[in-house]
Amino acid sequence: MTTSVETQSLVLQINGSTRKLTIEPRVSLLDALRDHLHLSGTKKGCDQGACGACTVLVDGERINSCLALAIQYEGREILTIEGLTTFGKLHPLQEAFIDQDGFQCGYCTPGQICSAVGMLAEFGQGAPSALTKDGVANGELTEAEVRERMSGNLCRCGAYVGIREAIQHVYRRQIYGGQAR
Amino acid sequence: MNNFTYLRATDVSSAVSLLAANSSQDAAARFLAGGTNLVDLMREGVEKTHALVDITRAPLSDVQELPHGGVRVGALVRNSHLAGHPLIRERYSLLSQAILNGASAQLRNMATTGGNIMQRTRCYYFYDTASRCNKRAAGSGCDAIEGFNRIHAILGTSPHCIATHPSDMCVALAALDAIVNVMGPSGERSLPFSEVHRLPGNDPQMDTNLQPGELITSVDLPASAARLSSVYRKVRDRASYAFALVSVAAAIKIDNGVIQEVRLALGGVAHKPWRATIAEQLLRGVAPTSENFVKAAAAELAPAIPRRGNAFKPELAKRTITSVLSELTAKEGAGQ
Repeated sequence: MTTSVETQSLVLQINGSTRKLTIEPRVSLLDALRDHLHLSGTKKGCDQGACGACTVLVDGERINSCLALAIQYEGREILTIEGLTTFGKLHPLQEAFIDQDGFQCGYCTPGQICSAVGMLAEFGQGAPSALTKDGVANGELTEAEVRERMSGNLCRCGAYVGIREAIQHVYRRQIYGGQAR
Repeated sequence: MNNFTYLRATDVSSAVSLLAANSSQDAAARFLAGGTNLVDLMREGVEKTHALVDITRAPLSDVQELPHGGVRVGALVRNSHLAGHPLIRERYSLLSQAILNGASAQLRNMATTGGNIMQRTRCYYFYDTASRCNKRAAGSGCDAIEGFNRIHAILGTSPHCIATHPSDMCVALAALDAIVNVMGPSGERSLPFSEVHRLPGNDPQMDTNLQPGELITSVDLPASAARLSSVYRKVRDRASYAFALVSVAAAIKIDNGVIQEVRLALGGVAHKPWRATIAEQLLRGVAPTSENFVKAAAAELAPAIPRRGNAFKPELAKRTITSVLSELTAKEGAGQ
């Protein structure tokens, strides 16, 4: 391993606060969060973009933090599972995952929840999926749509039924009233 | 991952000059965009560059109309944004469909238009640095030819490489006759999409015909390909988030019971997005019947060389072509 390259100082915006760190350019956003900033809620599953456990939100969009170099994300708004809780109150998706048995071991859960937050925003803005017909606006968030739109998050315990129900529960509350964001 | 120097460019010309200034004959720096493939390859030790030029702050994120009805897509437009863009959904739904059938929502949010074109094969042996691979280490041999080759190529292969290009987006771009605009140390030029990617031949280490230091700046979608009745169908080992075993991008125009125009491209079968020119030639000017579809598909796949693990592919490709063309014909009939 060559270490001729100096570490670099950078500033990241994470969960609404400014965090300074000094790291090598090869450090992923995932490792920066977990190992350098001790935000260990975001999980490392495959470390190759295949499982979605590392999903975080950047400027409101979900990404795989394992394939992101931290240094590339200076100046962007990064939101992790730790940032979803406001004033000690769980995010509606966090509550729904508990109520609907959306997990067993819990390892994929932070990624699932961050991904679901991004997915509901995308769906609400009319973003199409592979199931969307030509030029047609999004209708209901059906079971098939949730499966397709959440296919980037794997759950080895197989809690998919509960995960899907938790997401649809929050979606219905958003559409048909209730306090969900 | 080896360590490297991280450089940032905020416009195209400084990106090109920064890359040139940090590259030598035997050590090339690399452009970094979404990173979904390059960061992974570096972590696996397949790609070992000493310097990255981050281009994500360059102003290449626009989708704009061209004067004569086409659309120009900036190289840094992310895959999710491109697939959802109103101009693309309305005029080039084939492209939108293809993109949405690739990767996951997270990856599509990161990956860019230029990066998708430049992504490398997912051949297991290319990724495994303990294996022989002519693409990764020229002249070392190919472990895929006698190995696990379910996902590998059947058309345009060489004795040195049977890797496939893994993109869905590029299959649609091939069918649409897109133009790729690049900027390099010696200036700008444009390449027809069919000339961007290469067949492996004797030099499988070269994926594309881009010259060292050239950067894709935009992709043009021609007006002639707009609003065609089209379908992208992908056959894979699971319903979502898997690479294609075979995919078909097709667009057709039928007039008075005769095929006036047809565009057909295949994914998952070759080292490049495969434009099915043999089939297209047989289909132009004939009736859209299943006999004609079967005949055209058979002619296109006649030169296929299947291996032990992908012996199913020629038949799968033929049936998928036939099925997609039948679906399109029904769609055209319903629309008239």
